[in-house]
Amino acid sequence: MEYEPVIGLEVHAQLLTETKIFCSCSTKFGAAPNSHTCPICLGMPGVLPVMNRKVVEYTIKMALATHCRINGENSFARKNYFYPDLPKGYQISQYAYPLAEDGYVDVETNGEKKRIGITRIHMEEDAGKLVHDENSPSSYVNLNRAGVPLIEIVSEPDMRNTEEAADYLRRLHEILVYLEICDGNMEEGSFRCDANISLRPKGEDKFGTRAELKNMNSFRNVQRALEYEIKRQQYILESGGEVVQETRLWDDSQGVTHSMRGKEEAHDYRYFPDPDLIPIVISGEWIEKVRETLPELPLAKRERFVREYDIPPYDAGVLTASRNLADYYEETVRLCGRPKIASNWVMGDVLGHLNEEKREIKDCTVRPPALAEMIKLIEDGTISGKIAKEVFEDMYKSGRSPKEIIEEKGLVQITDEDTLQKAIEEVLEASPSQVEQYKGGKDKLFGYFVGQVMKATRGKANPKLVNELLKKMLAD
Amino acid sequence: MELSRLTIHELQEMIKKGETTSSDIVESVFKRIDAVEDKVRSYITLLRDSALEEAQQADREIKKGNIKTLSGIPIAVKDIMCTRGVRTTCGSRILHNYVPPYDSTVVMKLREAGAIFVGKANMDEFAMGSSTETSYFEITKNPWDLERIPGGSSGGSAAAVAADECIASLGSDTGGSIRQPAALCGVVGLKPTYGRVSRFGLIAFASSLDQIGPFTKDVEDCAILMNLIAGHDPMDSTSVPTSVPDYREYLSRGIAGWTVGIPKEYFIEGIDPEVSGAIEKAIKEIEGLGAKCIEVSLPHTDYCVAAYYIVAPAEASSNLARYDGVRYGLRSESGEGEDLLEMYKRTRSEGFGAEVKRRIMIGTYALSSGYYDAYYKKASQVRTLIKRDFEESFKKCDVILTPTTPTPAFKIGEKTDDPLQMYLSDIFTLSANLAGIPGISVPCGYTKAGLPIGLQLLAGHFEEGKLIQIASAYEKHSKTEKRRPEI
Repeated sequence: MEYEPVIGLEVHAQLLTETKIFCSCSTKFGAAPNSHTCPICLGMPGVLPVMNRKVVEYTIKMALATHCRINGENSFARKNYFYPDLPKGYQISQYAYPLAEDGYVDVETNGEKKRIGITRIHMEEDAGKLVHDENSPSSYVNLNRAGVPLIEIVSEPDMRNTEEAADYLRRLHEILVYLEICDGNMEEGSFRCDANISLRPKGEDKFGTRAELKNMNSFRNVQRALEYEIKRQQYILESGGEVVQETRLWDDSQGVTHSMRGKEEAHDYRYFPDPDLIPIVISGEWIEKVRETLPELPLAKRERFVREYDIPPYDAGVLTASRNLADYYEETVRLCGRPKIASNWVMGDVLGHLNEEKREIKDCTVRPPALAEMIKLIEDGTISGKIAKEVFEDMYKSGRSPKEIIEEKGLVQITDEDTLQKAIEEVLEASPSQVEQYKGGKDKLFGYFVGQVMKATRGKANPKLVNELLKKMLAD
Repeated sequence: MELSRLTIHELQEMIKKGETTSSDIVESVFKRIDAVEDKVRSYITLLRDSALEEAQQADREIKKGNIKTLSGIPIAVKDIMCTRGVRTTCGSRILHNYVPPYDSTVVMKLREAGAIFVGKANMDEFAMGSSTETSYFEITKNPWDLERIPGGSSGGSAAAVAADECIASLGSDTGGSIRQPAALCGVVGLKPTYGRVSRFGLIAFASSLDQIGPFTKDVEDCAILMNLIAGHDPMDSTSVPTSVPDYREYLSRGIAGWTVGIPKEYFIEGIDPEVSGAIEKAIKEIEGLGAKCIEVSLPHTDYCVAAYYIVAPAEASSNLARYDGVRYGLRSESGEGEDLLEMYKRTRSEGFGAEVKRRIMIGTYALSSGYYDAYYKKASQVRTLIKRDFEESFKKCDVILTPTTPTPAFKIGEKTDDPLQMYLSDIFTLSANLAGIPGISVPCGYTKAGLPIGLQLLAGHFEEGKLIQIASAYEKHSKTEKRRPEI
């Protein structure tokens, strides 16, 4: 039987606020353990939470970017469970009344467009972290992260294969980073994903029993874990078994999922409205104010690039991967006026160098004015495309302007016919046997002559002119 | 003259006139404590050294003419309010060694007003109780009869004021924990409107019901303390940013032309005849002051106890989850081979007393999936109805008058084996917490055996002024004799 996977994803994104969600401690990552704590985030007796309004604002941004309905009145609830990284014995989260509901994200997988529904987006506080010492029976608690604001974005079970799931995640990640509300760092846990997956016979409407997958800390691992889980569930179903509803942990080193807890051991979180916090009222006015601050989102930018710059959708996709890269490209185009050539250079040499060194576009030594100047120098024939590669190399290393490099190295293209003619004559004179063979019908040798001329001119000869002149002179 | 016997306003006058000093007052209070504390046991922690030192400092300031509202006045606070650097136990073994790194907002406000802290008053463990018998540390005795309970949960705060072991004190009231002990100890106790006083630093029992309020020797002192502690606090989202009047202005205004509502549902069978007798007498006296007393109805009164004992334990079960032995307070070290769960279980088994455990279990059950709708949600709906009952009644009257408690102080141990009987001693006070309205208890006479009886007055949201107005009028003109306990 053919089975169809049904996948829904839950994403936790840490918000880039300066301070925690319910106190004024810093949210900075990597500080000395427990140095970013206070009586409130330590859950001392008698303390009370006070809502950080920035968190609401950021969540509204995400809600607007994903076409959600924003609930004018929403509120916090307590999710009760015991764990040493949870200082109060409950997590303040949203339950019955989340900030946003019923949105969507458009994805494109293997050329096919699809709309993935978003069930809800809600705000909550992060827990701390346990540190285990392998050489000691003790564990340690670091509560720097306790109270860092999170949003949880829950998708509908709309994805039908692992590629779609990965694409949805990338789009979501991209939106969060574009909005500058999350740094998207998966390794530091700023962007975390849990997945719900079940199989059903193809054509069946009813969902099968699902497993919840946790502990996947990269896009690749999400996809790998889902692929593994599809195989595992398929094997169970094909051998006549039943999938158990449970939570499973992805083991990266083994490439498998392990059962963490079953349905019977599932927590009863005893949710109830948090009496310490008053409902959050969001006026239409507030929503409009936030809407005005929204940047152009990746999808819109992509479509505009194709339309405005007449570049292939593939190029537009690469160039809009981040806001900084898109800005870099647009600035270059604005200065040189050659969108496609600019796209080739940015996607090729610029990103090539940066990726190799794992650097980001904002750290690129070649800034848009220099790149645009170089493109113009190619266009007006001052340098050849080939020389340009050399020039760019130097620009990237030294940060100097292309003109400076060209002048210093004497790289200006030779377009003077007399000079070229002389160079060609010298080449032909030095290669009498090849000239003879060529004239005897060995056309392939033409390239050899071009190469020799380029070599003689240290690559500065205008290739087009060399071609024309060579053809003429060999015909004589 | 014993300074410890006087009120805040009397001592203020004397200090202003230079007739006494803070050091003299504090010494007088500690002399009294030395004489009676062994018998009464109002305090978990006494702050003798710091109090005497602060008194000397206060005297220096006073000499410079720098006199604040509470300059040099010795105050006690219930051990549920966090005090920076001073052990705060909440009456529990699980916090027997907990020293907060911060001051609660009310403590900070009183400190800024010049108050001197005498000590941390005894209480029922986590404020769960009506007799102060569930305290891990000791049983506070009623100063009027040392074989009887002082009421609870703020029994220590009430007894300390009644026994002149401080000039005034703060307590907290979740279901009657200020008004009931005030009635049983013969002092004035006010529970403000929910949101009137900051809860920041008040160790939470039931967050949607808890309020801090004063215990005082008379109504004027009550107004003085309310002026200091009321008001919005940015650290407490549930504190309300409405302006605070000067409560002293409500003193001596009289109540001519007022309508006082008497809820028929509160005059039930089982109410002690001496209590109902005293209340009837008080009603007559209030009518004598020019007020009209009418019967009103609060039809959902019967459901108060049930709703309260769902909502309060449910919130408590969550509020008390943080006492897990991980970060502060008691930790019962797990033995060889025992895991985290074992540490949790042992810490909480050994750290909490029976009544606290009972309520954690009730609350956990009420919030469990599948039961939430039937219990917590239903109780919340009942709360709305109770609130509406009061809103309806307050359309017809200025304040509502009831007995504070159905009986005078009972004997120590009398109800400890019968939680339901214990719960019923708050039957007249719970509704104000469920509805969020303010309530005051003022002394209204004594039983033949010499036990105080309390009169409860309730008003609409943020109408503490009205309570002070009528309580002050009654206090001034009532012919009820005023006695002092003999310890």
